[in-house]
This record gives sequence, structure tokens and C-alpha cells, in this order.
Amino acid sequence: MRSSWFRPTRRTSAAAVAAVLTLTSLAACGTSSSDDNSGSGGGSKAGISAPLDPKTKVTLTIDCMPPAAKAAELREWKEDVKEFNKKYPNVTISGKSTPGQCEEPARFTAQLKAKSQPDVFYTYFTDLQQVLDNNGAEDISAYVTPKTVPALNSIDPNVLGVLKKDGKLYGLPTSNYTMGLLINRKLFERAGLDPDKPPTTWEEVRTAAKKIAGLGNGISGYGEYSAENTGGWHFTAAMYGLGADVVSADGKKAAFNDATGKQVAQQLHDMRWKDDSMGKTQLLKWGDLQKQIASDKLGMFLAAPDDITYMVQQLGADYENFGMGPIPGGKATLFGGNDYMIKKGSSPDKIKAAVAWLNFKNLTPGKGQFQWDRTKADKLPVGLPQPNFFTGDTKAEDLASRTENATMPVENFKPFLDNPVPGKAEPPKAQEVYKVLDNVMSGVLTNRNADIDKLLATAEQQVNQVLANQ
Amino acid sequence: MSAPTLSKSSPASARAPHHLPERRGSLARAVKRNLSAHGFLIGAVLCFSFFSWYPMVREFFLAFQKNKDGRTTWAGWSNLSYVFNDPAFWQAWRNTLLFTGLALVLGFAVPFLVAVLLNEFRHGQGYLRMLVYLPVMLPPVASVLLFKYFYDPGYGLFNRILGIFGIPDQQWLQSTSTAMISVVIAATWMNMGGATLIYLAALQGIPGELYEAAELDGAGLWRKIWHVTIPQTRLILSLMFLMQIIATMQVFTEPFLLTNGAGPEGSTMTVVYLIYQYAFNFNNYGGAAALGLVLLVLLAGFSAVYVRLSRPQED
Repeated sequence: MRSSWFRPTRRTSAAAVAAVLTLTSLAACGTSSSDDNSGSGGGSKAGISAPLDPKTKVTLTIDCMPPAAKAAELREWKEDVKEFNKKYPNVTISGKSTPGQCEEPARFTAQLKAKSQPDVFYTYFTDLQQVLDNNGAEDISAYVTPKTVPALNSIDPNVLGVLKKDGKLYGLPTSNYTMGLLINRKLFERAGLDPDKPPTTWEEVRTAAKKIAGLGNGISGYGEYSAENTGGWHFTAAMYGLGADVVSADGKKAAFNDATGKQVAQQLHDMRWKDDSMGKTQLLKWGDLQKQIASDKLGMFLAAPDDITYMVQQLGADYENFGMGPIPGGKATLFGGNDYMIKKGSSPDKIKAAVAWLNFKNLTPGKGQFQWDRTKADKLPVGLPQPNFFTGDTKAEDLASRTENATMPVENFKPFLDNPVPGKAEPPKAQEVYKVLDNVMSGVLTNRNADIDKLLATAEQQVNQVLANQ
Repeated sequence: MSAPTLSKSSPASARAPHHLPERRGSLARAVKRNLSAHGFLIGAVLCFSFFSWYPMVREFFLAFQKNKDGRTTWAGWSNLSYVFNDPAFWQAWRNTLLFTGLALVLGFAVPFLVAVLLNEFRHGQGYLRMLVYLPVMLPPVASVLLFKYFYDPGYGLFNRILGIFGIPDQQWLQSTSTAMISVVIAATWMNMGGATLIYLAALQGIPGELYEAAELDGAGLWRKIWHVTIPQTRLILSLMFLMQIIATMQVFTEPFLLTNGAGPEGSTMTVVYLIYQYAFNFNNYGGAAALGLVLLVLLAGFSAVYVRLSRPQED
């Protein structure tokens, strides 16, 4: 824009050049994406559904390379890159690692906004709408075919379904989970309970929790979250287990202020205040219950199998000490997982290279993450029931290899595997709904005189408002 | 401003080329004279522009925009109306005002009283000053974790101490009635060192004769405080009062870390935490920016008063 008061002079020109240089250098610090246009990266004449030409030169930045602290996983990653490069010598894989979780929501949303996510970026199943709102991912429907991903037809359609919008595919899964009841076997045995038969109803959970808490010494029978939206997340899981929902089928109204909602809240309130089986410390969030159960201070909580990996690898617990049963109620269970998407604006060759890598690393039985003999040799966990997104023969083949190479007693997860519960996706506006439901959870767990009817009614009104604001 | 006066005695000015006209190019001369200073200034201005001012301008526009399916569109007042219609909005403001009120009672008064007491000590004042300032040197997260342990209803230090006197366990951070005051106590402890030193500096600037005169008139400690200390430190007290309001209305770290976000039934959810929630948990940048704007307007009012008060007094 030009105006009479701004006339470029030598001084202002020099200042402008300096400013541009400085801003450029600052911007360079803040971006991690690479826009590779070398070689034929700018486009391919071959049909987009054809596999990548091995001679094509492409550089891919990819999220979630294991950090140096995870030496064995990092070694496996490097081995996989080497193996991949045998077939595609001109594809340069540039891994990006983060010390903690592969996706930290705050960093992730900022990256999306700044369009600085890697070419192949890691997301949770629930992120799709957020990514699309920010124009962040490529539609890869045409690139993902049985030719480029041979196991495509064996992937659970429900899992692929959550990565689709309006029939278009935006991601490829790397892992999935369904929730169940995680137990500490040592505490079960000490309390005279059978760890091979975890509770399957809330009445049984309550009875078992009382017995475990009776061991004293600061041990809790059952644990629950009530902060940072994780309380609402678990309230939803408990509702699903009992066959109820938190949001109506059309996604427009709250559906938890009913007898089931009251049952879930009342049960927790009674366990906390009448039975004193949930410990005094509340307002817990993800990570807190894992620490308690890993240090033999907690008997049970709702969890996904990958929590066990975290507890063993990060908290030094033993696989032998844990087992899982289906979610109490067993009508439905909350499912989720993670996947990779490809940055919007990537060239066709880059997308093809990304699909080829994801196929090799995450979607091929016997290779990459499913190379269980190597995982065993590297002393990493083998035998957890998930990831488990294959179906049919591919699933059977993978489970056989998993069992053969198991590094933990897989029979501990038999009650969970033998009683599969249908998975159910998270509600619309999940995080905002969870935030409201955190108040119900924190209310019943921190207030002896909690008015459950009032808590549910207030939350219902707030969730209705959240849903009306869509 | 004061350049002509300075130029007379400045050696740099003495070396300035004489052929420059008297009025024209004075900016060029000033820049040339303090080249390195201006160099540093440009760096600072660029940093401020990029990291502070640009985000503020961007936030203003963001407050009236929406992202949907990859498109950014103008949203008019809808973000503001969303924010005002969110039931959490009023709860967050109530909590923030409660925090500010309690922080003014505790966080404003306690450091002043500690400064007054410190000022009364004839010996070991340096040692005591260090003791009071020590908590400020701890990283906030370490202090918060320390208090989290103290407050824990199961194994916390505070309940253990109360137990010695036969007082039953308290819920501290885990009850809607005590959570906020517990946060304020922790925040006051963490931040009082800095405020105490400022008050102490102000107190030590009060001429000793005033106290001597008061003592001759038979004034005790409280009368000296009331009739000498407070009037003499009125300006700094007013400034600190406003600074305290501005700072406490932006509180985030302490309630976020001590109560894992919003606390029992959302009783410690502050406005800034709600902004954080909108942006990073709900990906609602428009809502976050709109709420930020509301907070900005309010704090700008307080800041204007602060700037007015901090102007040098005309004699």
C-alpha cells in the first residue's frame, strides 16, 4: 500500500531490507517443513494411482521418529529407512522426533496454524476435522490402492472410516485402541481376587475395589481422572460400556442426563466417599493413574493396552504385573488411535513416497512395526493386544507371529481379547464435551455432598450450548 | 528531546561534520552519533514487532475470523457472541475476579507488612532480605510442585501438621470452597519476594527524621505506619496495586499447575486458562482471540491508569 506519508528513501529502503532479512531468518528458525522441489518432485506424469517410480528423487520430513532415549526403537527406525531405501534409493527420509508424546495438542495446533507440520505428520483419530479446518492434509484417496498398500482390504473399515470425510481418505493408521479395564495382578492376588477374571460389571468393580483398598498402606482399589478433559473422556467410556451415549445420535443434544449417567456418577461417588476405595487425591489427569498402578498403589482403572507400554518403558513396571478385561458393562467401548496424514500442497511424487513409506513401516504384516521377531530381539514389548487394525487372514497371521514372539504373558490379556466389545467413536466436539463433563467427575470425586442431579443438569445445559455453537 | 543540550558537550557532536545544515538531517546525525545504540534498538524493535505487536494486531483480526474446511472467513461478531454465550465465560470471570480479590488482600498486603517488619530490623537485614527473596529464584514449576505436595490430602505436609494438633484433614485444592484460596496462598508465597524488595526500597527512601519526629510525639509502631509510612509510600503502593490487578487478572500458571487445569467443578478456571482451552484444546482460535480481546480491553483500561499514575509528579 502506498500513501503520501510513506515515501521510500535510501534510509527506509535500507531499514526495509534489514527488516526483511531479519524476518526471513526468524521465519527460517520457526519452520520445519521442507518443500522439496528437487528432481521430479514437482509433479509426475504417471497416473497418481500408480506406485512411486523408484528413480524419483524426493525428500520427506516425517513426524514421530523415536528419540535418542528410545535407543532400540530408533535403531529399528534407521534399519527400516535403510531397507526402504533399497527399493527407493532416491527417497530421503528425514525423521523428526520429539522427546515426549508424538503429538502434543498445543504444539500440533500451532504447527497446523503456521503450516509448519512435517510432510508426513502424526495425528490422533479425533484430529481430522481440525486438520481439515486448517486446510492441513491432502486427500490421498487416489494414491491408496491395493497396489500401493497391499494390505488395504484387510484394514478394519471402521478404522479407515474415521480417517475419511465425505468419502475422501486423509490418513493411514499406525495404531488403534479400544478401552478396557486394566488391572494390577499383584494387588488382585493380595486381595484374594482372581486376576484371570477381572470384573465385568460395575458392581463387581466396586466389590473388588473395596477389597483392594482394604489392603491399606495408601492403596486404592479403583482410580479415575477428573482434570484436563480426561475425566469427561472416561465418563464417556463408562457410559459407552453401559450402552448409553453422551450426545444424541444426531449430535445436537446432550444425552447423559439420564438414569445411566446418574448411575455412573453415583457409583463413583459411592466408591469415593462410602467405600473410600478411590484414594484421597483426586483431580488426576492422564499419567497420574499409570504412576499409581505401576508402583502397586492402584488396583484398576479404565485404560487402553498402550498404557502398559508407557508404564513398562517409562515407569519401569513389569509386563507380568498387568492384565486386562473388557470394559465394565461390555455393551460398547470407546475407540481411538493414531495415524499419519500428508501435508496439504505436497507434490504427487511426495505423496506417493509417503504412502510407500507408511505402507512399509506401518501397514505390512511382518515388516516395520509388525516385524515381531525383531521387536523381541530388541527386548521391546511383544504380545499386547493392540495395535489391531487388521481383519481376516492378515489379522490371524499377525496375531500368530505376535504370540510366537511374545515377550510377556499374553494370557493376561485373554479376558480382553476373548470378549471383544464393539468400538464406538468419540462424540462430536469431543474435547469441549469432555471439558464440561470433567466438572461432573471432579464434583463427585471431590465433594462428599455433591448434588449429582444438579451436576448432570448443569453439564447438560452447557453441553447443549457447546453443541448449538457448532 | 534533549539532544541540543547534549550536543554541546558531547565529543561525538564535536566530531560531527560542520557542513551539515543546522536543522535538516538531525535524525541522520543522531543515528550516526549513536550507531551501535540504534543498532541494538533496531534489533529490539524488530523482535517486539515480530513477537509482540504483530501477534496483537493479528489477534485483533483473528477475533473476527473463522476457519472452516480450510477456508478463513469473516465471522463478524460471532466469535464474541460464542464467547459470551459459553457458560464457562462467566464462571472464568468470577474465578478470575475472586483470584484477583484474594490476591489483593493477601498478595498486596503481606509483602507490604513483611517489608515494614524487615525495615524495622536493625541487624541481619541483608540475610532476611535474601530469605524473603529466595522463593522468587525457584523456577515456578518447582514451587508449584512443592505446594502440590504440601496440599495433597492423602500424604501432604499441611495435613500432617494439622494432624499433630488433632485438626482433621483438609481438602485444600480439592474442594470448591478452599481451592482458590489455596492457589492464592501458593502464588503469594512464590511472588512476594519481588514485591517485598520494592516496598523495602520505598520504605528506606523515607527520611528518618519523620519517624524521629513521630517518636518524639509519642507515636507507636502502628501510628508511625499510618501517619508516616503509608503517606510516604502512597505512590508506589498505588502503582503496585494496579500492577497487581493487571498481573493477577492474567493468572494462568499457578491454577493450571496446582489444580490440573480447572480445579474441582471448574472452581479455579481462569480467563487465561479458558483462552488456552479454546486455542489449544478446541482449536477455536477465533474464540480464543475474542476472549483475549475482551481481556485486553479491560486491562488496557487499568494500564492507562497505571501510566497516568507513574508519570513524574509535577511540582
